[in-house]
Amino acid sequence: MRRNGKGASFLSTKESKKSKSKPSASNGKPTRKELEQLVEDLRWMYRIREFEDQSMRAFRNGLAGGYLHVYTGMEAVAIGWIGEKREDDPVIAAYRDHAYPMLMGVSPYEVMCEIMGRRDGTSKGKGGSMHLYSAEKHFFGGWGIVGGHTAMGAGLAFAIKYRGEDRVALCFYGDGAANAGIVYEAMNMASLWDLPVVFLIENNQVAMGTRLEYHAADPELHKRAVGFGIEHERVDGMDVIQVRKDAARILDYVRKNQRPYVVEVMTYRFAGHGAADHDQSLYRSKEEVEQAKKRDPILLLSQYLLKHGAIEESDLEQMQKEAEKEMAEVYEKASAAPKPDPHEVYEDVYTDMQPEEGH
Amino acid sequence: MSPEIAAPPIEKKNYLTALKDAIRLEMQRNPDMICIGEDIGLLGGAFGVTEGLQEEFGADRVIDAPISEAAIVGSAIGMALRGRTVMVEMQFIDFISCGFDQIVNNAATMAYRTAGKASVPIVIRGPSGGYGGGGPYHSQQNEAWFAHSPGLKVVCPSTPRDAYGLMVASLRDPNPVIFYEVKDLYRKREIEEEIPEDTYVPLGSASVVREGSDITIISYGNPMHMCIKVAGMLADDGVEAELIDLRTLVPLDEETIYRSVKKTGRVLVVNEASRTCGFAGEVIARINENCFEYLDAPPLRVTRADTPVPWVQPLELAVLPSVEQIYETALRIAKF
Ligand SMILES: Cc1ncc(C[n+]2csc(CCOP(=O)(O)OP(=O)(O)O)c2C)c(N)n1
Ligand SMILES: [Mg+2]
Repeated sequence: MRRNGKGASFLSTKESKKSKSKPSASNGKPTRKELEQLVEDLRWMYRIREFEDQSMRAFRNGLAGGYLHVYTGMEAVAIGWIGEKREDDPVIAAYRDHAYPMLMGVSPYEVMCEIMGRRDGTSKGKGGSMHLYSAEKHFFGGWGIVGGHTAMGAGLAFAIKYRGEDRVALCFYGDGAANAGIVYEAMNMASLWDLPVVFLIENNQVAMGTRLEYHAADPELHKRAVGFGIEHERVDGMDVIQVRKDAARILDYVRKNQRPYVVEVMTYRFAGHGAADHDQSLYRSKEEVEQAKKRDPILLLSQYLLKHGAIEESDLEQMQKEAEKEMAEVYEKASAAPKPDPHEVYEDVYTDMQPEEGH
Repeated sequence: MSPEIAAPPIEKKNYLTALKDAIRLEMQRNPDMICIGEDIGLLGGAFGVTEGLQEEFGADRVIDAPISEAAIVGSAIGMALRGRTVMVEMQFIDFISCGFDQIVNNAATMAYRTAGKASVPIVIRGPSGGYGGGGPYHSQQNEAWFAHSPGLKVVCPSTPRDAYGLMVASLRDPNPVIFYEVKDLYRKREIEEEIPEDTYVPLGSASVVREGSDITIISYGNPMHMCIKVAGMLADDGVEAELIDLRTLVPLDEETIYRSVKKTGRVLVVNEASRTCGFAGEVIARINENCFEYLDAPPLRVTRADTPVPWVQPLELAVLPSVEQIYETALRIAKF
C-alpha cells in the first residue's frame, strides 16, 4: 500500500534548469533595476519570516486562538507570484495565508490584528488567522476548508471574463488540497469556459502529517491538468529569481490566451504544519529539513545579491534587524489594540451590500 | 470471591483515551473492521484518537487517506456493502460537509431503498464543538444536519465512559452512525473516570445524571457539564433539577424524557449548536406533543446564537451557551 518515499529530490536546482523560462534579457547579468527589485524581495522575505515568528509568539502567548499556520520557508512563492501579477489580479488561497495579503498591500498590523482577534483586523476578529480577507486589495480570502476555495478561484476568473477585464485570477492551494475532488470539477469548468485562472499548487510535499508520496498516486500533481486540456508544468519555488521568471511567463500566457494554467511550484515548509504540530519526526527527518534549508529562499537570494555586489554582508544583518524591530512593534501594537465588543457578534450575519459594490 | 483479594485498580481514563480504547477493542474483536481518515495512521490523528492503531493493525486496516472526504465516505459505504465495518475519521467534524451527499443520500437511504437488503455499518466520527478559539470552520456542532436525515443514527457523549460505551455500540451497529466527539473534553482531567472494559451503552438510551423534582434540564455534549454546575446553583436556590444527558439524538430516548417531564412539569433544553432548527427545538416539540397536559411552564431552550462561530474568544463565548444563560433561563422556568 505504501510506496517508498523518494525523499526531497526536488531540492536540487534540477527543476529550475528544466524550466521553460528564458534566462533574463541581460543573459545572466542582472540589470540594476532587477537587482533593486530583488533587494526588495529579500527585504520582504525577512519581513514575512519575522512576522511569522511574531504570530507564533502570539499563539504561544494565548493571543492567537486555537490554530495558526506559518508560511516560513515558502516565502519565495508568494513573493515571486504576487510580485509578477498586476495589482488588480485577484488572489484566493488556503489557510496558510498571512503572507499574501501583506504582499498585496494589507498592513502587517491589520493581519496581526485579525490573528489576535482585534477590531482593526481584516474581518474585525471574526475570521482569524486562516480567514484573512481584503477585497480592496483583491485578496479574496484565506479558506480553512481544504480544497473548496479552488472553485471560487474559477469563479473569480469567470467574473473577470464576464466583465471583460484584463485580469488573471490566482488560486493558491496545497499538495494535500490537490486531492479534493472539487479541484477537478473547477479545472474542467475553467478549461471548458476558457477562464483566465492560474491553479497554483504550492507543493511543499506534505499535507499535515501525510507525505506527498503517501497521499498522491502520482506525485507530479501538475499532470492532473492533462485530462482537462490545460497547460501545466512543475517549477521551482525556492529561488525567487526563477519564480519570478516562471510567474511572468505563465501570467502572460494566461492573459494572452485567456486559458487556465496549472503550475506546480515545488517548495518546503520549514515549520510544523500548525503552531501545535508537536512531533514532526512522525513524518519527516531532521536531515530532510536540514537538506531543504540549504535552499532557503533567503539564503539563495542573499548569495545571489552578494555575488552581484548589490548588497554587502552587513546589509543582511541590517535588513534582518529592521524586520525584527518592525514586526515586534506590530506585535506590541496589535496586542494593545481593542477587541470587538460582544454585541458586534450579531452584526454581519447578513449584509446590505449590493452586488455592484463588490469587486 | 474472598474479600481480601482486592480487584486490580482500574486506571482513570480521559475522554480521548476512552475513544481510542473502544476503537482498538473493536479492531481486535472484529477482523472485518477498517479505519480510514486523514493523518490517522502514521501521525495517529490530528488529536491522537487513533494513536498506535496503524502500528498494531497495519496500514491495510488503518488507512491514511488523501484529503478527499467525499470519496472517503463513499468508499467506506462501498466497503460496508461488502461486509466491512468502517470507522471514518473526519479530522474536524466541520469537514463532514465535504462528504455530505454520500452521507445523506447514499448511506442514509441504503436500508430503505433496498428494502432492508443492504446495510451500511460505518461510524463517521470526529472532533466537534467550540469554546476553543477555532473560528467559523473548526468549531461547529452540526448534528442537526444529520438528525434531519432519516436512516442515520446520531451520537454525542459527554463523559469518557459514555464515549467508550457508545463507540463500542456504534461500531457494532449495522446502520451509519455520525459520532460527535467533544474536542474540548478530550483531555479534561476533571471528568476522567474508570471504564470497565465491557462497558457498553446502547444507542437510544439517555441517562439521568441527577434526580430532581422541580425542573428537567436536558442536554448532551459539552453543555451537559454546564448544566451540572447549574443544577448545583439551583439547589442553593432551593430548586431541584433533574438532569438528562441524551447521549444519543437518533434514536431518541423519549421514554426517559417524558417520564422526567411528567414528574417535574418544567423543562429546559440546551444544545451547543445554533438555534434555528437545532435539536433542542425538536426535543421541545416532542415534549409539547407528548406531555402537553403535564406542563406547568412553557419549555425553553438555550442554544448558540444564530451566527457563525467567530474567531476571537470574547465573541465566541458570547454566542455559545454559558452557565449564566442556562442558570437564568432555568430560574425563569422554575419561577413561572
Ligand atoms: C476539507 C478539509 N479536510 C481536512 C482538513 C484538515 N487539514 C487542514 S490542513 C490539512 C493539510 C493540507 O495540506 P496542503 O494542502 O498540502 O497544505 P499545506 O498545509 O502543506 O500548506 C488538512 C488535512 C481541512 N481543513 N479541510
Ligand atoms: Mg502541503
